[in-house]
Amino acid sequence: MEIEVAGPLERASHTAWRVVALSAIGPLTVLAGVVWTVAQPYRLTLLDPRAHGAWDHIAQPPLLVAAIGLLFHLLVARPLRQTLERSP
Amino acid sequence: MTPPAENVHWLFATLLLGFGLCLLARAIVGETLWNGSTWRRYLLPTVLFGIGAAMWPVTVFFVVSPIHMLAHTSWAQLMMLAGIAQLGLVVGRLTSRWWNLLVPLALSVSGAMFVIHERNPWLFMRSSFLHHLIGWTLIIGSLLPLALVFRPRSTVLSAGFAGLAIAVSVMLYADRDLAPIFGHLSPLAGTKPAVTEVQP
Repeated sequence: MEIEVAGPLERASHTAWRVVALSAIGPLTVLAGVVWTVAQPYRLTLLDPRAHGAWDHIAQPPLLVAAIGLLFHLLVARPLRQTLERSP
Repeated sequence: MTPPAENVHWLFATLLLGFGLCLLARAIVGETLWNGSTWRRYLLPTVLFGIGAAMWPVTVFFVVSPIHMLAHTSWAQLMMLAGIAQLGLVVGRLTSRWWNLLVPLALSVSGAMFVIHERNPWLFMRSSFLHHLIGWTLIIGSLLPLALVFRPRSTVLSAGFAGLAIAVSVMLYADRDLAPIFGHLSPLAGTKPAVTEVQP
């Protein structure tokens, strides 16, 4: 009897863990970008636009990290999480 | 207008970071669920192919030496080939699992090219150090996708492959055109330090 109950419970717990892990990736990546901005503000050329060239404005690493995290969360993680929650 | 090399490294780091995050998501949910959506199924092979295609402008605009051109061309070709093979497997036009071997091959050749085309020693400056580090990381890390060919459902190996892509992207983000590494900066490297080094 215990074995019969443990199976679905274990599966539900496993799915819950996967949902949490999947949901955390994007926000953690955005957080990494924000922390990086605070730690090295001079890598954000927006703060001093006249001192930098066009390519420096296009490629601002902390912003790129945060943008990738946001895009990943909205376009990949969120729909995937819905699919995961619906899966048996 | 050719961009500085460091900006190119950061843009590639961004592509690799996105690739790594998607690999991590696939490792968490499993391949069956990941492949449940058509566009998601095509995403990773397309990004892999895209990284290879994006190497061609680098090949054209950064002709520092013949070995640079050879390195960038080999990267471009092998990454595109690996991406196309993955796309073929996803679509079903290719059926043999041995086509997956192109991914570790592309990574190991990319790693070797990183090491070969960096002519300066490890502590010459930061970019030299990172080129050596990325090269050896890719060479050793290519064992992960190689192992995945034989154990495709292994969550640990899949997560490890994702970690490899994310680690290499972090290394690429750390790259600067002219900056010291562990306090070392060769006088032959130049005199104008990167912005990071003049900050308190």
